[in-house]
Amino acid sequence: MESGDTRPWEAIREDFPILAQQVNGQPLIYFDNAATSQKPRAVINTLSHFYEHDNSNVHRGLHELSNRATAAYENSRKLLADYLGAEPETIIFTRGTTESINLVARAWGEANVGTDDVILLTEMEHHSNLVPWQLLAKRKGATLRFVPITPDGLLDLDNLDALLDGPVKIFSFTHISNTLGTINPVAELCSRARRAGVVTLVDAAQSAGHRPVDVREMGCDFLALSGHKMCGPTGAGVLYGRKEILQSMEPFHGGGEMIVSVALTESEFKPPPHRFEAGTPAIAQAIGLGVAANYLDEIGRQRIFEHDQALALQACALIAEIPGVRIFGPRDTRAGLVSFVLESVHAHDVVSMADQYGLALRGGHHCTQPLLRKLGVPATARASFYFYNTSDEVIRMAEILRKIHAFFA
Amino acid sequence: MNIEELYQEIILDHSKRPRNFGTLPDATATVKGDNPSCGDEVELAVKLTPETIETLKFTGHGCAICMASASLMTTKMRGKSRVEAQTTIEAFRHMLTAPEPGEPPSHFGDLLVFGAVRRFPQRVKCAMLAWRALEQALSSSPEGAVSTEETDAM
Repeated sequence: MESGDTRPWEAIREDFPILAQQVNGQPLIYFDNAATSQKPRAVINTLSHFYEHDNSNVHRGLHELSNRATAAYENSRKLLADYLGAEPETIIFTRGTTESINLVARAWGEANVGTDDVILLTEMEHHSNLVPWQLLAKRKGATLRFVPITPDGLLDLDNLDALLDGPVKIFSFTHISNTLGTINPVAELCSRARRAGVVTLVDAAQSAGHRPVDVREMGCDFLALSGHKMCGPTGAGVLYGRKEILQSMEPFHGGGEMIVSVALTESEFKPPPHRFEAGTPAIAQAIGLGVAANYLDEIGRQRIFEHDQALALQACALIAEIPGVRIFGPRDTRAGLVSFVLESVHAHDVVSMADQYGLALRGGHHCTQPLLRKLGVPATARASFYFYNTSDEVIRMAEILRKIHAFFA
Repeated sequence: MNIEELYQEIILDHSKRPRNFGTLPDATATVKGDNPSCGDEVELAVKLTPETIETLKFTGHGCAICMASASLMTTKMRGKSRVEAQTTIEAFRHMLTAPEPGEPPSHFGDLLVFGAVRRFPQRVKCAMLAWRALEQALSSSPEGAVSTEETDAM
């Protein structure tokens, strides 16, 4: 998509009212974007406008407000479809990545994974791409397999074909690791899985708002994303599913909105995507997500990616100068985040102290406990960047980290 | 508040050089405490008589608050009667979590440095971990595990 918003980054930053505040007497530096992003005024205004003017339920009212709400909600589905290079009927609104993956593990998994079948994951997955599969494997007596990682935090693909061999039903993996910043070669992984007859799910929670994501180029069967990590409201996310695969699937939740007709003992279900959207959806949030997607595309996702990556590489270089620091993940090509540990300072102490300087970091296991076990650390500190962050903020972070290091030394 | 109020010299000292750090071969009770969201882990070994805590030691790893709290607790609790220990645990929890904590007991001494933790609600569980392990060790089922994840007001 052609880039429409050519304003400099400083001007774009002004779209985010929350950033213009002091925390603990210091200008806020928000580096916890991998957990959730901040929201531009366009998205915030969409929510209030909807509740002030158009609020109504969707798909069932015959009155004007319901017509408006339905049109805006379905238009948002179209915007998300455009954003992902997909058709609107392949876009299911969910609460976020976690619900999207659970939907697949239930609605697809129940019918397609059986005893002694294999579910292939990787060692760098977020808990949201582990636990739903553990539950499915337990219900079905299936087995989990994992693509290992290299010491540099890349997927070790040497044995991928062997791992894909046998009764493997699905390969579910992250596009970008929320702990390592690794960018996985999605198109290659999907193509190798397809050759082996294995269905693919891409966890795009960390990538959808940060770089171009096109399901046609990826060649995936499913893709999951969270709206709140890409400038959208919380409570709205997306599951993309290839048309044929969605049509073959039974419903996830049952209820209103997803039926054609209901009798006391059986019902007829709508086709996708509405088959998978039981009950009243997060209407305002889904509409806000469409606005967010549009906003990001106006700026240009490739431009955002290059900005975030430049900040991450700058941060890596500056943090590496601190004695005894350990930085995780790949060295030269990485997404816009950096996980690290300072020698003999626990990540939570780093984060608590950083907070006193107005610097918002994340400390802990980042919902990737198995990965941290493999890395041999109980917790890391993580700085994750977005397009409204600046190079000056990264320099300031490095100063603060040096102070923290000196304090505990 | 200033962060140095949380990380006072006593806390830094005990976290870097924890006292009573190690195993206790003749322990009568061993409790594992963990704090899954941080990765803090403390294993507390206690030698109990019917009336007193004869001695206690701990191993594990965690943030400065967690390690210092465990270390200071072991120095305070050695030789205490079970009843005194229970009262101190309650008073410590009260100091960290009660809406109106009031004045801590006069015998608290160095433990008072943890009073600042109440201003950092996310860190209360770090400071409480070893104390909850001791509470478990003194209970009627002294073996087992505790996790600070579910309780201790956040």
